[in-house]
Amino acid sequence: METFATLLDGLATTQSRNRKVALLGRYFRATSDPDRGWALAALTDGLPVRVPLRRMLADLMLRVIDPVLYKMSRDYVGDTAETVALLWPDTAAPRATGDTPTLDAVVMAMSIGTIAERTEALRTFLDALNPSGRWALLKLIGGAPRVGVSARLARTALAESYGRDVGEIEEIWHALDAPYEALFRWLDGVADRPDPGLRPTFRPVMLAHPIEDDDWPKLSAADFAAEWKWDGIRVQIAARGGEVRMFSRQGDDISAAFPEIRSAFMAANCVADGELLVMRAGNTIAPFNDLQQRLNRKTVTAKMMRDYPAHVRLYDLLFEGGEDLRASPFIVRRQRLEAWHAHNHPPLSDLSDLVAFETFNALSALWSQARDDGIEGLMLKRRDSAYQAGRVRGQWFKWKRAALTLDCVLMYAQRGSGKRSSFYSDYTFGVWRTKPDGGPNAGDELVPVGKAYSGFTDDELRQLDKWVRTNTTESFGPVRAVTPGLVFEVAFDAVQRSARHKSGVAMRFPRIHRIRWDKPATEADRLETILALITPISQPVA
Amino acid sequence: MTHAVDRWLYPTDQGLYCAPGGFYIDPHRPVDRAIITHGHGDHARSGHGAVLATAGTVEIMKVRYGADCAGSFQSLAVGDALTLNGVGVSLAPAGHILGSAQIILDYGGKRAVVSGDYKRASDPTCAPFEVVACDVFVTEATFALPVFRHEIAAGEIAKLLASLATEPTRTHLVGAYGLGKCQRVIKLLRQAGYDRPIYLHGAMVALTGLYQRLGVDLGDVRPVAGNDAKDMAGGIVLCPPSALGDRWSRRFGDPVNAFASGWMRIRGRARQRGVELPLVISDHADWPELIETIVATGAEEIWVTHGREDALVYHLASLGRKARALALVGRDEEAE
Repeated sequence: METFATLLDGLATTQSRNRKVALLGRYFRATSDPDRGWALAALTDGLPVRVPLRRMLADLMLRVIDPVLYKMSRDYVGDTAETVALLWPDTAAPRATGDTPTLDAVVMAMSIGTIAERTEALRTFLDALNPSGRWALLKLIGGAPRVGVSARLARTALAESYGRDVGEIEEIWHALDAPYEALFRWLDGVADRPDPGLRPTFRPVMLAHPIEDDDWPKLSAADFAAEWKWDGIRVQIAARGGEVRMFSRQGDDISAAFPEIRSAFMAANCVADGELLVMRAGNTIAPFNDLQQRLNRKTVTAKMMRDYPAHVRLYDLLFEGGEDLRASPFIVRRQRLEAWHAHNHPPLSDLSDLVAFETFNALSALWSQARDDGIEGLMLKRRDSAYQAGRVRGQWFKWKRAALTLDCVLMYAQRGSGKRSSFYSDYTFGVWRTKPDGGPNAGDELVPVGKAYSGFTDDELRQLDKWVRTNTTESFGPVRAVTPGLVFEVAFDAVQRSARHKSGVAMRFPRIHRIRWDKPATEADRLETILALITPISQPVA
Repeated sequence: MTHAVDRWLYPTDQGLYCAPGGFYIDPHRPVDRAIITHGHGDHARSGHGAVLATAGTVEIMKVRYGADCAGSFQSLAVGDALTLNGVGVSLAPAGHILGSAQIILDYGGKRAVVSGDYKRASDPTCAPFEVVACDVFVTEATFALPVFRHEIAAGEIAKLLASLATEPTRTHLVGAYGLGKCQRVIKLLRQAGYDRPIYLHGAMVALTGLYQRLGVDLGDVRPVAGNDAKDMAGGIVLCPPSALGDRWSRRFGDPVNAFASGWMRIRGRARQRGVELPLVISDHADWPELIETIVATGAEEIWVTHGREDALVYHLASLGRKARALALVGRDEEAE
């Protein structure tokens, strides 16, 4: 448990991704089975341990501390696991290294016996550990250690430390169970890669490059097929033997929050690539904001499913039955997809139509007109492209419609994190509106419309930081309010209504396009201009 | 004749006042006569008429505020006693920082001890705390929650040295309170065998120099100013906590940010400040030390000043002690 505790401490205090990867790699290589597998589970899908931890701890803490002092401590620290870790009495003699429980011993003890027996086992573990070990123990059992490591980062670190591509792990990941001994045997080079068998698993997705101006002369229209680029999230549906999983682009299983999609594909045997959307009656695609209501949830209510109906728009077929289509040309896979869909027509799905065009000029005309119905732009896919993992050069391009831009005034600046912690690098900006409560001479005020922390160079960041420091009017912790004197030309993909912002609008993907050192703040844009750009809203069906 | 202590020692707008003696203890506004427990800014302020303190505290005040920061100074050695308007005044070490002392007041047959800030853990830069039996004990409560149990400082220094060994190219910036903590950390590093130059933020140079003049051997310490960042790479630099992650620190490239403070016991505190290497080193008593000390004084009454008074008052009451919070304005509980 000490090495796991040291790992968690290191991950929690290290901000650099590369250092986190190095810490994880060192841990996986230095730790034996099954402990390293339990650690991997704790950082990814969680341990298969279900105990009423809160109740067990409440019971144990009553024995060691006055309940009033416990409550005061809990209120101050703000986290039960940490409070218990700090309050638990230290045993008189510090234990020798190696004398603390293994992760495996903890998992076993928490998996069997009555609650009273497990509580007793937990007590002996707490007794055997120091504060950092106790914290790690409780985070291991309780799940979600929140040490700044995503499941994907943990898998990436694992792959990198064994000189493998993360895709090789992702492909089989969802067919594996903690403590992943077969996976580690393969990584150690003493066994073949585990066979996913009949279970649906994730296949690393193929990604597109943004198209650049100098790409066009090298491309021939006849080599490419075009599709609309939909404003949802990329998903992969893997269905086999009555089991259906929906994965995000990063390989996270998000199916639990979309039971209707699972039902829709229950009879299928395929791996398909598509866009997850919220779609209302009459095939209207709802704004991205609606889809967001359904994301990052472990479960879903019937009301959410009614208000934000999910839909999958398919554009590629990787497997049909047991047949791997990924080496086939795109256009062949497309025919297979159309035939398969026509035959099986799973509910809550349709196909993303191919956009017919003769020349890039003709396509460009279509592209420039597209600014509604959840369309983000166009996708160009080479007709003969095989389905390959990652961003393969020259095969697929995304051609996002031109960003909208507005001139906004810097209002607040916040300190960044990591390497940017000494810089005011996160900027909240606003536009002018007439003060709402005043008469005809009420004057103007700024209302915030967005926040951006990218789109400028390191040199510009230094200048911006300096400007913020010399134009500060008020400080609130890491945030400074500044005089309205600096204009940003802000680029963004769309504007939506938002009840969360005072201005009533929210920008999608805002970034600093240009810093207008030259422009007087009074000449920045007004709220009316933004309101006119709003993507038409669709109301949830009551 | 005996008087209840709170008839002759009580808080006022200026600070804790001893009425028959006509003096204040650690007043936060300028007064005619002040007795100062130690040199931290929230206890020792400039502008008083007459100041009585240990020689160390007087020197610290002169370095911080200038030689004429009070009308007159009188130093009193630990163990010596004098009488001010019938009030017996003597000092005992508080173990907090160099020069820190508890103020012992005898009047009307009762004894009150104002401890200022104190700790019980060993500190090579100051004399250890002495328990003084008394009727009323005035205690701090900075870390008065049972979650605060400080680590042994030498172990935390070992963590710092281990980090230097694993990250030998990154400068280790150690945020530390400029008076007391800074010099203690340097001394502990020397005791652990670290003999390379240690670099100081400008705000720490004068007080560290004073410690050395007063006989605390801190080895080779140099101001950061005038040194090339390349020469300090992989070394130890001490700075005020506020300089961590501020513009000043940019010269060090990609430093390891460490912070030596009792607050580092709480993960959220380290996270908030972006601290990569939290070092739980404190100059204040932790929860067990507070309880042990208070009980050892045998005081009938305990007055609790700045910090988390509620938990300490509650707990002392459950131990059968009369305890109450003493509202003193102007104390800076966060700085450590």
